[in-house]
Amino acid sequence: MTLTVTDLRVSYRTLGGEVKALDGVSFGVRDGEILGLAGESGCGKTTLGKSLIRLDGRMRHVGGTVELDGRELPIADDRRMNAFRFHEVSLVPQYAMSALNPTRRIGRMVAELLKSRGVRLDRDKLERRLDLVGLPREVLDRYPLELSGGMKQRMVMVVSTLLDPSLLVADEITSALDVSTQKAVARALLGFRDSGFVKSMLFITHDLALTSHIADTIMVMYAGRLTEKAPADVMVKAPRHPYTRMLINSLPEVGVRHAERPLSGIAGSPPSLLDPPPGCRFRDRCPLADEGCAEDPPVTETEPDHFVACWKA
Amino acid sequence: MTTTPLTEGRAGTRVVRREALHFAVRNGKLVTGLGLVLVLLLTGLLGPLVLGVAAPNEYVAAPMLPPSAEHWFGTTTFGQDVFTQFVYGLRTTFAAGALGGGIAAVIAMVVGFTAGYRGGLVDEALNMLTNVVLVIPTLAVLLIINAYLGIRSVAVQALFIGLTSWPWAARAIRAQTFSLRGRDFVDLARLSGLSTPRIIAREIAPNMSSYLFMTFILLFGGSVLIASSLDFIGLGPTEGVSLGLMLQNATQWSALQLGLWWWFVPPGLAITAIVGALYVANVGLDEVFNPKLRIT
Amino acid sequence: MRHYFGRKLLVYALTFVVAVTVNWMIPRFMPGDPVAGMLARTGVSQPAAVEAMRVYYTDLFGFDRPLWEQYAGFWATLLRGDFGISIWLFPTPVSTVILRAVPYTLALMIPAVLLSWWAGNRLGAYAARRRLLDNTVLPVGYVLTAMPYMWLAVLLAWGLGVVAGWFPVAGGYAFSLQPALTGEFLLSLLHHWVLPFLSLFLVALGGWAIGMRNMIIYELESDYATYLAALGAPSRLIRRYAFRNAVLPQITGLALQLGVLVAGALVTEIVFSYPGLGSLILKAIQNQDFFLLQGTFMFIVVGVLVANFVIDLVYVVVDPRTRAGMAGAQA
Repeated sequence: MTLTVTDLRVSYRTLGGEVKALDGVSFGVRDGEILGLAGESGCGKTTLGKSLIRLDGRMRHVGGTVELDGRELPIADDRRMNAFRFHEVSLVPQYAMSALNPTRRIGRMVAELLKSRGVRLDRDKLERRLDLVGLPREVLDRYPLELSGGMKQRMVMVVSTLLDPSLLVADEITSALDVSTQKAVARALLGFRDSGFVKSMLFITHDLALTSHIADTIMVMYAGRLTEKAPADVMVKAPRHPYTRMLINSLPEVGVRHAERPLSGIAGSPPSLLDPPPGCRFRDRCPLADEGCAEDPPVTETEPDHFVACWKA
Repeated sequence: MTTTPLTEGRAGTRVVRREALHFAVRNGKLVTGLGLVLVLLLTGLLGPLVLGVAAPNEYVAAPMLPPSAEHWFGTTTFGQDVFTQFVYGLRTTFAAGALGGGIAAVIAMVVGFTAGYRGGLVDEALNMLTNVVLVIPTLAVLLIINAYLGIRSVAVQALFIGLTSWPWAARAIRAQTFSLRGRDFVDLARLSGLSTPRIIAREIAPNMSSYLFMTFILLFGGSVLIASSLDFIGLGPTEGVSLGLMLQNATQWSALQLGLWWWFVPPGLAITAIVGALYVANVGLDEVFNPKLRIT
Repeated sequence: MRHYFGRKLLVYALTFVVAVTVNWMIPRFMPGDPVAGMLARTGVSQPAAVEAMRVYYTDLFGFDRPLWEQYAGFWATLLRGDFGISIWLFPTPVSTVILRAVPYTLALMIPAVLLSWWAGNRLGAYAARRRLLDNTVLPVGYVLTAMPYMWLAVLLAWGLGVVAGWFPVAGGYAFSLQPALTGEFLLSLLHHWVLPFLSLFLVALGGWAIGMRNMIIYELESDYATYLAALGAPSRLIRRYAFRNAVLPQITGLALQLGVLVAGALVTEIVFSYPGLGSLILKAIQNQDFFLLQGTFMFIVVGVLVANFVIDLVYVVVDPRTRAGMAGAQA
């Protein structure tokens, strides 16, 4: 296992109180595996991605552990976590369009970043990676402003993976791109994995269709909890959790982009995470729910590598 | 996760307003700032009524008296009551600020909305005009104008301040309008055949009302400062008294050398308090209307 | 970059034309006969002198000629560097009077503006970093920036000048001295310079510090800063980037604030009777010396335009995006 997450709990501080964005999530990612993480907005997938690399100021680690290559990540300790960032865990952010300092030439920025982490810039390696994603070497002498959106996206991917991290968190990286660029980005990510630049990957998206193309395993979350986790083909063909089934059925067609909005096929909305009700969190929207669902459904492995949290599955 | 309110359409605006009020009454900066301004404003408005003195420049007592129960802020070298002058001066200063800031805000909105909404050549021309007025040193122009005016009133002073201090605000409003122009609800209004002024008044302005209000506050503060500078140079209103005129008289008649601190401290302190309180209130407003700044 | 400078220069040229036109228009379109009004209020008693002045000024205004000719004539004399003759110091040419005052104003303004900008940026950057400092810098900054320039000047003159007696509160140098390149004179010059400098410096400082603090906080929350932090970059690097990027709007801010700074310098000079343009303006107003006033106005406009252009040059050097041929800054 590259990554083992056990009972992770992370909350947000707000004026109304603590929002339990992650409420006891456990899963693992194997060497060489790409885990696709899907769910509606607000289900906790971005929080999970951030928790693995850097909690933002309003987030608080409540409990649970994260292990990477057998070592525990000190996710609550911003300073100690620095040793792991970039070297072991890296991030391709949602905002790749604006992730590069606008007033530095890209090459210089990369060199300064590496130097600040105590690494000498390997120019050859950098140029080979640029070739691999189809970026001309001249981009290093350019300012971010002079690059197109797709170029910036690829540049950020190259920068993030330059130190060959064990785990790469790719957070909604395709949502700002058009369909053909999305495919190119997805292909590049696969290439990075196949060339061994990154050992494993967490691919966060609200786009189940795209996920099924690139991920080996898909994990679906709902209201801060794991709902179902299964190999990609199993998940698409034979989902077991009612929520996942409705998600998959609501897909118009595999390959067509799905906009981020409350799923029209499923009436109602997720419960408030300020003070979530006991029992299954999908209960109120679930067609199969009964009194038994008032108790928390445990995550059970119904088949090898297929995990479901539902009494009815 | 926090919900980011979408300021789209009028229903959205109403929700935002209610939420804004909730945060507004709990925002220390906003409450303190506006409270201080209000206290000074009321002093200016009610003071003269309570005092019942007709002319603030009348000689009422022995000269150069320090503050006492009878003359709260002491008297001037001529025996004028400083507190009476102060109270009347507050009125004038508020009038100059509100009028000057108001005129500047109106011009800024007309120019900003038109340039931002119309775009193209109109935008180019207005942008050029804005830049020219922006570069010209305002006070220098006002000096020339006021110097040639034989009789100067607060209204005329404020008019010219308004006419020269709008450019930065117009620029900011233009940028905001520009970004709102492409939004769905504005497109919808355009498709439904509303005229340009109506779209601006009904769809665009309400969606940036908080921003416009903040702009007015800053213009208000700016006008107070410019007016007091003009007064101080000797180009203030020819009749009456203002905080700037008090400072001018104090320095002109050697209050410094004579140590009459009660003559020059109150007016300057009041100007600083008004302008500073407006700035602080503005920061508070920003926190209220900008959800990103709320949770810290 | 060509486009950038082309636009800027066009704006400056237009501004100059507008300023000259305003300068020409105001005496002609304000109510009353400017020449008669001027002479009535000058207080020159000898009839011969008054008559000489009347002839001179009537000719100068050229009221008997058509308007466009008056306008063209106005430009012609202006471009010759002829601003007319001062009434207050008759018959000294206005340009001579102004040139005598300009060094004082520049000696006051340039150090005050540059140092307050520099120190304010530093202070703001520190404030953005440390909470304790932020809690003091911010309120003090707001108070300073809300102060009318002349009031702080009055307070300093009273406190450090009259009460403490450390500094003189009037003039550019001791009355007993004549301008000369002696150590004594220079020391007196410096001694008189301190208070006006300090009051200009302090008021401006507050504004810069607040501006920089807000810009840095904004930059530290920007995406590139978050990305660098996620990659474990030390905060030293992130802050360096943030500072560097936050300085750019502060440079633009410097250009925008020039008018306010000039105004501040003028009223500060008046408080300290400092022999620069501010005191000149006061004298011009008190003596109804409109030629002097208008000449000073033209000088200030030209000075501000030149300063703007210098700032543009600096901006191009500092912001790579303008050099890269992209529209990094607003024209």
